[in-house]
Amino acid sequence: MVKLVEVAKILRSKNAGPFEITLDVLFDDKEIYDQIKNGGVITKEKVAKIYHLSIEDIHHLVYFDQALGIKITMARKISSGSPGDRDVYGAQQHVPLMNLEL
Amino acid sequence: MQNGVKILSPCGILGYGFPKQPFLDAFKEKIHGIVVDAGSTDAGPHKLGANVSIVSRRALKKDLSIILEKGLSHRIPVIIGSAGGAGARAHVELTLEVVKELLVEQNIHAKIGIIWADFKQRTIIDALREGRITPLSSNIPDLTIEKILDTGTIVAQMGHEPILKALKQQCDIILCGRSYDPSPFAALGIYHGMDPGLSYHLGKILECGALCAEPGTTKDGIIGTLYHDSFTVQALNPIRKCTPTSVAAHTFYEKEHPYILHGPGFTLNLENCEFNEKANGIVEVRNSQYTQDKEVRIKLEGARKVAYRTFVVAGIRDPLLINQLEEVEKEVVGQVSNYFAEISEDDYKINFYHYGKDAVLGNHEPSTFSGHEIGVMFEVLAKNQELANAVCANVRSTFLHFGYEGRKSTAGNLAFPFAPSDIEFGPVYEFSIYHLMRITQDPFLLEIVEV
Repeated sequence: MVKLVEVAKILRSKNAGPFEITLDVLFDDKEIYDQIKNGGVITKEKVAKIYHLSIEDIHHLVYFDQALGIKITMARKISSGSPGDRDVYGAQQHVPLMNLEL
Repeated sequence: MQNGVKILSPCGILGYGFPKQPFLDAFKEKIHGIVVDAGSTDAGPHKLGANVSIVSRRALKKDLSIILEKGLSHRIPVIIGSAGGAGARAHVELTLEVVKELLVEQNIHAKIGIIWADFKQRTIIDALREGRITPLSSNIPDLTIEKILDTGTIVAQMGHEPILKALKQQCDIILCGRSYDPSPFAALGIYHGMDPGLSYHLGKILECGALCAEPGTTKDGIIGTLYHDSFTVQALNPIRKCTPTSVAAHTFYEKEHPYILHGPGFTLNLENCEFNEKANGIVEVRNSQYTQDKEVRIKLEGARKVAYRTFVVAGIRDPLLINQLEEVEKEVVGQVSNYFAEISEDDYKINFYHYGKDAVLGNHEPSTFSGHEIGVMFEVLAKNQELANAVCANVRSTFLHFGYEGRKSTAGNLAFPFAPSDIEFGPVYEFSIYHLMRITQDPFLLEIVEV
């Protein structure tokens, strides 16, 4: 089974403001991007499951064709830098998404 | 303007540094202004709450020295967005102090426009009572008067309007308090009569320095040229190239949505943008759509102190302990709370993080542990520093000597890399205000000083 990290050019996470984390998956091959977009393999349900969130916590899952990219934005359970936060910039939260099987 | 309006962005954050030569080479062409963003909330609430900067004063002065020298000698405006990082009074004042120092050293006179972005608690309480405040996303708690009163420093992100005022008054240097990152760039475009949609979209790209190029970085420069129906971007450094995909993909960065951007008083829709290669490494963008919102809302930011922290970093190598680490820590916490039985458990909290196991992802960690060493970081958060220090010292000594089941290394459980082992961190903040406030008139004050 192919994992998302094997076909993505860029797969990253970062704060989108202190209360949300955004995951970007960018491709350099239009064919692969189209396959993933049309195949509907990345869903809010799957993302919610791997991040232990409810569907309502996945605020956006959007495709942007010009950039060959997918953006997923989700709620932070603990806001950036508050007590209990583990990743102030949210820069290492992409790893569970890397393993998503296509 | 046939040759377009050229805006130079030397780097992604003022004080991050940039290679000097590509920046100087940009002046072979006519440049209309140097604009640099200094702000970010990425580093957490501490910068705003404690009134400190993201970059060192030394780095701020080093970058500014090059920028001011070029800007003033070419008689073009230098605009700094979100001065000092968080853009509150203390941050702007620090930047102003460095600017004044440089002007004296370089023996230059300048007209400085300062735009303050600070808000009084009273103003926010009034707005809350009038129903003009809403959380920015569904997971942000509603604002309360108590929270406002706890929040010492409150700023809001400005749009281009107050910066435009400063440009119209022919300021040589404009220091903006907290700004919507693209605003200072957009202001210069709009000042020269360019389309606000293209100006803001260009600003969104330029505010990160050369991050939209390949290889991308915030520590190098980029040049944007605004025309009446398009704009172009080009990296200053020949080792970087902009491509249609790299520029299109940049709108993803740090934003919750890839093509809908909400700014102060407007919405930018980039869904129908066209990104084309105009020449090698020069990307042309069209169709950035700007819509004025019916009601103007500005984004408020505030941070309040919530606790004091003391922490310890230590290594654990003994497999007998690693195998039962969580159980041992639970017992350590139990012993500490017994020892401090007179202190309410609500007054402090003990947290353990296991680097090498699951410290970064917590319960999202998909991998099972298979290592032989764990970096443990434990922190005590308490209502005052003395209590945090006292509890942390007790956690450390209890953990160090704890006689767990099956222990053979009876001399000590933790390898401390430093002496002393306990680090007094100081106050811990949280973003207590991250809300939108509806306004009916521009609340950002422009002050002009001549140096």
